[in-house]
Amino acid sequence: MLSESGHPPMTAQRYSLLSLLREGIGGHRGWQPAWRNAEPKQAYDAVVIGGGGHGCATAYYLAKEHGLTNVAVLEKGWLGGGNAARNTTIIRSNYLYDASAAIYDHAMQLWRNLGRELNFNIMMSHRGVMNLAHDDGEARQLKRRVEANRLNGVDAEWLDARQVKDFCPPINISDNVRYPVIGATLQRSGGVNRHDAVVWGYARAASGLGVDIVQNCEVLGIDVAGGAVTAVRTTRGTIKTPKVASVTAGHTSVIASMVDLRLPIVSHPLQALVSEPVKPILPCVVMSNAVHAYCSQSDKGELVIGAGIDLHQSYTQRGGFHVIEEEIAALLELFPQFSRMKLMRHWAGTVDICPDASPIISKTPLRGFYINGGWGTGGWKATPGSGHVFADLVANDAPNEIAAPYTLERFTTGKLVAEHGAAAVAH
Amino acid sequence: MFRITCPYCGPREPTEFTNGGEAHISRPQHPEQLSDAEWAEFVFMRSNTKGVFAERWCHSGGCRKWFNALRDTATDEILAVYRVGEDRPWTDRA
Ligand SMILES: Cc1cc2nc3c(=O)[nH]c(=O)nc-3n(C[C@H](O)[C@H](O)[C@H](O)COP(=O)(O)OP(=O)(O)OC[C@H]3O[C@@H](n4cnc5c(N)ncnc54)[C@H](O)[C@@H]3O)c2cc1C
Ligand SMILES: [Zn+2]
Repeated sequence: MLSESGHPPMTAQRYSLLSLLREGIGGHRGWQPAWRNAEPKQAYDAVVIGGGGHGCATAYYLAKEHGLTNVAVLEKGWLGGGNAARNTTIIRSNYLYDASAAIYDHAMQLWRNLGRELNFNIMMSHRGVMNLAHDDGEARQLKRRVEANRLNGVDAEWLDARQVKDFCPPINISDNVRYPVIGATLQRSGGVNRHDAVVWGYARAASGLGVDIVQNCEVLGIDVAGGAVTAVRTTRGTIKTPKVASVTAGHTSVIASMVDLRLPIVSHPLQALVSEPVKPILPCVVMSNAVHAYCSQSDKGELVIGAGIDLHQSYTQRGGFHVIEEEIAALLELFPQFSRMKLMRHWAGTVDICPDASPIISKTPLRGFYINGGWGTGGWKATPGSGHVFADLVANDAPNEIAAPYTLERFTTGKLVAEHGAAAVAH
Repeated sequence: MFRITCPYCGPREPTEFTNGGEAHISRPQHPEQLSDAEWAEFVFMRSNTKGVFAERWCHSGGCRKWFNALRDTATDEILAVYRVGEDRPWTDRA
């Protein structure tokens, strides 16, 4: 069967123990590329700008849930080389407000079965996420959040300092520090996964359904006629389309400026680092708002450590040394035994910060132009939910119940989803 | 990161400065006459320029004065610094 795009949809090679054995015996000569590295066509029914996690998820759900397969994902660099490649992959859904719980927990439910659905090992590990409290005020806030989470059906519990230590033995709960640990919230279903695998898994599944994944194709402009989108201009030519869905994270304002749309987003550097690999020591994800540290241990054994944003606007994917210095100082108070570890790699992404710390998933005054951005420092955890509801918005030209609060108009009406303090630390 | 030259004190480490975001956004002259859309523009909307960008800095760990800078946000190169009240300097870059 030929798809509308004229290519035979690549019947993706199924990965299984059996295929591994067969290939092992055959000298691994039969593996096929996971997705088609497509050439751009002249026209599509919809174009997704940005081949990160959210963009690939959007394309996959457009094809799978809405039968829109004549779709391209245009990525200016290589697939998943933006924030998808740079994030610390902390996943949780314990946000305060109903609107937030709805979208982040929607994602959490999709994560649970995603590896199976995509037939791709995304290394999902529900190892538990702890958010630490260091003073009474913070403890009160976090307990309130636990209760709000429970009312929304999000799994959450409160641990006192002793229970924190039981759940995470390496942590320092001494009183004799600047910020003593007095308790924590725990979301047991929270955890981490493998960032590349998520992007590749979505791209492979979308490609299998007929979606064109086009790399090294930067969108330079958007053509408009009669108040509607007509085409995108790219480094690889003009592509006609009635629907343009921007999922470009730190570059969302740059895309919006192509159609003179003003957004409330500011792009900042956000840095992360990994240590040398060591034997398993840290069994869960630990986050602290007050000292601004978050840390987990990868399956390879590296500590994965995230910092807070650099406070100036920048697209450089570089941050200041003082930011990671403070970060590490804070982490060492929680885990003094890490003080002799070597840090191996360090990098930054460009994160799209919204004034209310919630995303924009929205139609725009321009017909056929849709925006999904403003996820800032914490959008990885939302990837499947974000792609799922955004595909729905793009296909039906109307937001579903979960996406509805995240309109661009909320900055005019004042109906913000102010998750700042409530979302605890950056992630 | 980058070193910043305070127009009053000279070049200093970035840790001495606090960033104040986009420059040249003035408070509305007649706030009582503003529509919701105009309020949204003043309070929330930002140009978030990739390229030459005018921004505010405060030398908070030094003379504590506010000033403006032109910085290329794609490279972090600072092209000019100027005092509050002075016009945005001309650059031949977009
Ligand atoms: C250091 C760091 C740590 C983080 N940690 C966490 C965490 O622990 N938990 C969490 O939930 N979130 C975290 N985040 C946030 C998370 O990474 C992002 O919210 C999320 O990845 C954004 O969605 P994305 O994957 O689609 O973005 P991206 O991967 O950035 O995708 C956007 C893509 O758009 C492309 N693009 C841009 N402009 C154009 C153009 N003109 N034409 C074509 N393509 C274009 C880019 O090249 C990029 O590939 C972190 C981010 C960083 C930087
Ligand atoms: Zn000074």
